[in-house]
Amino acid sequence: MFGITAYGAYIPRSRLSRAAIADANDWFDASLRGLAKGERSVCNWDEDTITMAVEAGQDCLSLLDASSVGALYLASTTLPFLDRQNSVVVSQALNLGDHLRTMDVSASQRAATSALIAMLEAGGSDKGAAMLVASEHRRSKCGSRAEMLWGDGAAALGVGSNGVIAEYLGSETYVTDFVDHYRGEDSTLDYEWEERWIRDEGYLKSVPLAASRLLEKAGVKVSEIAHFVLASDQAKTPAAVAKKLGVSAEAVVDNHIATTGVSGAAHPILMLTSALEAAKPGDLIMLAGFGQGTDVVLFRATDQVGARRPKTGFAGALERRRPDENYNRFLSFNNLVERETGKRGELDKQSYLAAMYRKKDLLTGFVGGKCRECGTIQIPKENYCVNPDCGALHSQDDYPMSALPGRVKTWTADRLTFDWNPPAYFGLVEFEGGGRMMMDFTEVEEGSIDTGVAVSLHFRIRQFDNQRGFRKYFWKATPSGQ
Amino acid sequence: MASGIKDKVVVLGMGCSKFGERWDASPADLMVEAFEECLADAGIEKKDIEMGWFGAGIDAYNVGSSALPLSLALRLSNIPVTKVENMCATGTEAFRGAVYAVASGACDIALALGVEKLKDVGYGGLPQRTRGVENDMFWPNLSAPGSFAQLASGYRAKHGLDKTELKRAMAHVSVKSHANGAKNPKAHLRREITEEQAINAPYIAEPIGLYDCCGVSDGSACAIVTTPEIARRLGKTDLVSVKALQLAVSNGDEASFSDWDGSYLKTTRIAAQRAYNEAGIKKPREEISMTEVHDCFSITELVTMEDLQLSDEGQAVRDVLNGDFDAGGRIPCQIDGGLKCFGHPIGASGLRMIYENYLQFQGRAGDRQLPNARLALNHNLGGFPHQNICSISIIGRYE
Repeated sequence: MFGITAYGAYIPRSRLSRAAIADANDWFDASLRGLAKGERSVCNWDEDTITMAVEAGQDCLSLLDASSVGALYLASTTLPFLDRQNSVVVSQALNLGDHLRTMDVSASQRAATSALIAMLEAGGSDKGAAMLVASEHRRSKCGSRAEMLWGDGAAALGVGSNGVIAEYLGSETYVTDFVDHYRGEDSTLDYEWEERWIRDEGYLKSVPLAASRLLEKAGVKVSEIAHFVLASDQAKTPAAVAKKLGVSAEAVVDNHIATTGVSGAAHPILMLTSALEAAKPGDLIMLAGFGQGTDVVLFRATDQVGARRPKTGFAGALERRRPDENYNRFLSFNNLVERETGKRGELDKQSYLAAMYRKKDLLTGFVGGKCRECGTIQIPKENYCVNPDCGALHSQDDYPMSALPGRVKTWTADRLTFDWNPPAYFGLVEFEGGGRMMMDFTEVEEGSIDTGVAVSLHFRIRQFDNQRGFRKYFWKATPSGQ
Repeated sequence: MASGIKDKVVVLGMGCSKFGERWDASPADLMVEAFEECLADAGIEKKDIEMGWFGAGIDAYNVGSSALPLSLALRLSNIPVTKVENMCATGTEAFRGAVYAVASGACDIALALGVEKLKDVGYGGLPQRTRGVENDMFWPNLSAPGSFAQLASGYRAKHGLDKTELKRAMAHVSVKSHANGAKNPKAHLRREITEEQAINAPYIAEPIGLYDCCGVSDGSACAIVTTPEIARRLGKTDLVSVKALQLAVSNGDEASFSDWDGSYLKTTRIAAQRAYNEAGIKKPREEISMTEVHDCFSITELVTMEDLQLSDEGQAVRDVLNGDFDAGGRIPCQIDGGLKCFGHPIGASGLRMIYENYLQFQGRAGDRQLPNARLALNHNLGGFPHQNICSISIIGRYE
């Protein structure tokens, strides 16, 4: 049996109230008020497509052995780097080793579904399991419909033959150059065409065409479909498509527009994770991805679908939220306003690539050292063991520490230093089993940090070098449960 | 067996510029101001100086690297000059170089001068600067208050104090230093403050508020040192000698290994014990007349009282609130205003402390003169609580 073996999800904690967006913008466009229901997920300043991909990937790895992953595909239309393979950064942050196939798949809202079809059709030719991570940090114009309806998020899938939770039954793709929106080479934001035309000439024609081809090929009755995933920022369109296809209304998977917003190329996979959480053994799942045509994929949930649950999953990611009313901060985080940073923010942030490469195990993998002589764990790994009673030279083996729980020893909330979201929280963290490090904290809610508080580690943006279009990443501590 | 530095070298003269926001003074102007006072005090000529040690902390915003800025500013006669930099211990390090040169017999008369020009950067606080190519990739953007604020979190957790109790003691530290600084004409900050002002000031880095932070100042201080014999030959009486010079530098233990809980400065404890041994001090609480400690932040001064063995562990809050370190207290601390109010031009601070010792021992401290000051301990701490450089100098009357 071959199919989906694992999944994981990540939704940024911050959820911006749509009323706050409408309050700031309805002076210009009163129609936004009609969309001002619920909230949308918003990346923190230190999150992007790569960091969310790492989070979703970690969640997925709670069900997979990292050493079994032979390929990593990263699907997104908002990759931070146009030329530097983003999936390699993700793979190294996940400590997947150096012997795997990596690939970025982009340029369409169906990037993730197309990548998934390629992985499924490749079958067992990938060594062990293959992993797909779909991640999107969506940017949109201030006061736009897109700003109201979109959100940020990521999801991951494991594909293979061990521990299949959803068996692959087949796929189809209908291809047509239907340009509902686009983003050209030199643009940072999308340009969209009329919603009604996209619905009538796009979704309602393209999806049924691809879906009916697949149903026929797979010999499956449409009425059997228990979960129909179609990502769209048009709230009523998935149900309209389902109706046209003959899929029951109950099978239409909620797009969660009211709770997270539509996370672009990641959204079909994120919705699939919610469907997998709801699926019962034997359920038929149809996944559709729309963009210059339609991808459709068919799965049947296996007996293991209920038992194999990731650590966080879609429901957990959805629940882990921090309500936010601050639209100005959202604009600032998304570079939609020119923010005063203060002179401390002007410090040159050149990235010294040779030094970065030397330090990549620490910076990307959070790999410390464990002394062979005395067992002392230390990070960063250095030449001499830090234990004064040992002091052995070159005695430390690599010791990945990103998954270790830690506790705060000392901390502060610094309002003097530059930070995109002051105050800057940082402090000394001690890890379970040993090792300690002075490090940044992120996602700290006021009053949630003190000596002794448990923390977990998260891969985040450390610094932007806007002068040269680079960004640096490192690990930060977050109070557990936040 | 090394015999230590005690009483081998004396201060021949000292000088100190006015500290503060010296908008119209260049680093060279500050150096000359301190040096001219020092030279006149020593009663020698510039050409008598045989070697120099020059301390400046933050090159990029200051005078540039190397010993050239000192030699150029003072037009020294091509003598050997060495530039030293060891964070906030820089001034004491310059002094140590000059003292060791004299003690070794390499020269008879040596100069130590520290300077810092911090107010050219365009904003308050210390300049934001690189920590080095590799460190910048993973260190937090910790500011000085942000790093030392953690001492408060560690101390509070260890001794089970509530926030308001510790904050009140921190406020007392600052109120005392402002009262002392008000009496010092060379001090940067000369206004007295109340405990309420200190407690209610906005946070800079929790729980450090505005009045828990020392002044960031421009300034220079300098010393000319020689042997007791030469000083006497030059007609000096009332000699002031070096009793101990010690330095302890972190090796990663606090930051990466030990069970250090962030409530104290490990290096201060080590340097203090070494200094007491070198100076032959058995009972510091009875023997030391005054201290100038590195009160970059009020919490640093507070925990340093324990690290120097001047308070029992966990009792600094009580002792501070009891006024033990006030001007009229058991062991006055920062009688010149300290870093808090005299100001903290990094490269000059260690020498500024010795300058105050020297004035006190010679009865030249004006309104802030202490009765019977005989032995002083000076303490500098460069870096962060979790990895730092601690220098301690003990200076006293030469008897």
